[in-house]
Amino acid sequence: MHRLPFLIGRRLWQLVPIIVFATFVVFLLLHLVPGDPAVTLAGDYASKERIAEIRQIYGFDKPLIVQYGVWLGHTVTGDFGKSLLSSAPVLDLIKQRLPNTILIATYALLIAGAIGIPLGVLAATRVGSRVDTFVTSIASLGVALPSFWLAILLVANFSLIFHWFPATGARPITVDPRLAILHATLPAVALAVGVIAELARQVRSALIEVLSSQYYRTLRAKGLSPIAMLWKHGLRNVSVTMLTILGLQVNRLFSGAVVIEAVFAVPGAGQLVAYSAINKDFPVVQGVVLVLVVIVILINLTVDVLSALLDPRAAQA
Amino acid sequence: MTAIVNQGPVRPRSPLSRLWRWMRSDVRAVLAIGYLTMLVIVSLFAPVIAPYSPLEQNVANLLLPPDTHYWLGTDDLGRDVLSRLIWGAPNSLYASLLAVSVAIALGVPIGLIIGFVGGWFDEVASRFIDALLSFPPIVLAIAVTGALGIGLTNAMLSVGFVFAPFLARLVRAQTLTVKNALYVDAARGFGASTTHIIIKHIVPNAIQPVIVQVTLMLAIALLAEASLSFLSLGVQPPAASWGGMLARAYNYIEIALAQMYAPGFAILLTALAFNALGESMRVALDPTMKRR
Repeated sequence: MHRLPFLIGRRLWQLVPIIVFATFVVFLLLHLVPGDPAVTLAGDYASKERIAEIRQIYGFDKPLIVQYGVWLGHTVTGDFGKSLLSSAPVLDLIKQRLPNTILIATYALLIAGAIGIPLGVLAATRVGSRVDTFVTSIASLGVALPSFWLAILLVANFSLIFHWFPATGARPITVDPRLAILHATLPAVALAVGVIAELARQVRSALIEVLSSQYYRTLRAKGLSPIAMLWKHGLRNVSVTMLTILGLQVNRLFSGAVVIEAVFAVPGAGQLVAYSAINKDFPVVQGVVLVLVVIVILINLTVDVLSALLDPRAAQA
Repeated sequence: MTAIVNQGPVRPRSPLSRLWRWMRSDVRAVLAIGYLTMLVIVSLFAPVIAPYSPLEQNVANLLLPPDTHYWLGTDDLGRDVLSRLIWGAPNSLYASLLAVSVAIALGVPIGLIIGFVGGWFDEVASRFIDALLSFPPIVLAIAVTGALGIGLTNAMLSVGFVFAPFLARLVRAQTLTVKNALYVDAARGFGASTTHIIIKHIVPNAIQPVIVQVTLMLAIALLAEASLSFLSLGVQPPAASWGGMLARAYNYIEIALAQMYAPGFAILLTALAFNALGESMRVALDPTMKRR
């Protein structure tokens, strides 16, 4: 396993351009706003002096690439600026909000993995059967279902009619884990359904491909059933694919969280970014988008490294 | 040569009978096309079809349950829900088409150029596309919408911008494959110009997966519009949108639950129809794929 540090080093090196481009896109968001960015950042009713000061701090009179450098310098040192609405440091806002989003997203990913992957396996090992038709139909439905509508229907039934779960809000998991999980359950379920559908579909088609390979045909000829083949020979082969598919869902989870958090009034990062975008609080928007994209990039890196550990062929790619 | 078995009369099928055979073989696509055609008609003739004005408020009829006058009831301002549902259709279709058009206009040429130029330019541009694809799509769309200014058109421009890298990556990959194919080499050997190669060889080969992807994108764009309008970043009140209707109705969920159903089903059915169409096209256009 002495190759591992080398491998991680190479992956990190490949990440550099992606991180540079991603941060540049976040930086550019402010420049998409029509008008002078200094006036935008100074907020409403700002004095001329304040605007001039901001122009000075961010170097808005200098070339774009210099401005990017200045902005990146601030950001890397943890200075994400201040909210235009509350003047709280953006980083503090994110630290308050992000744990709620992470809890819901992780919870949803666990639910989705526990249901979606077995469904995909079940369908792939019985292609053309009723089970397969059932799974693919359910998956088609799940992909097209607006998650916030499902969320509303969940609230209507399980909060307002049965009173099983609280309808809104969130609790920190560090204070009261039971209550935190209870609050996060409905949002996580609403978020999970689309991911279950996506996982079932992708796992199914990936497995069908694997199971139709020569290697598996030989096993089949030896009289093994598809399920036995998977258990005895296949899971390691398939685990890399599944890991990749799971990793790709993080983007979907964060996207869904924005709307789901709005339905359940969860004070999370998604709600923060939507509220800030509507109210033109751009330092907060940039901060949240940056943190989320960095999380996604780091998860992709982890998936890459784990895949390489599981499958030596992937290390060569 | 008498061994040839006569397999029945071989006569060219009429277009009508071919259509009929196709319809019987792909019921899903027929249903999807039927539903979407209906939706287009409803959108075009919304002013004629809608029984009431979608904007007219009536304080005497707040949050009425469905009855013979108001088939789907009224909302919290006494507006007819059915009429708002009908007026929401053109907004949703406009939104999906706009977002996907922007994605095509940006993604396809960029993908072609990257794939065709290749080399270090491909390396750099591909990393840029990777970076864009690392953003959670709706989050980036919300951020861009906030920057451009909220409203349906800006929201859908943003969604289109967010979708573009998906198409660019697809078109790039197709271009790379076709560019190095033997017959393209041959064409080049005969002195074909770059423009000729792109138009005559690369575009026709790259177009099939793009058509499938674009159809599936219509569904994602529709769901994105509904989400953004639900968050009040998309269609602005008092104009009607399905996502916006759900957002309003959610405030009164305890007294008027019935209002949650119609807009939700409208979004679901339309997204299903786009997806079904996309899947059917994938099967129809891909000769190697038989009924998956």
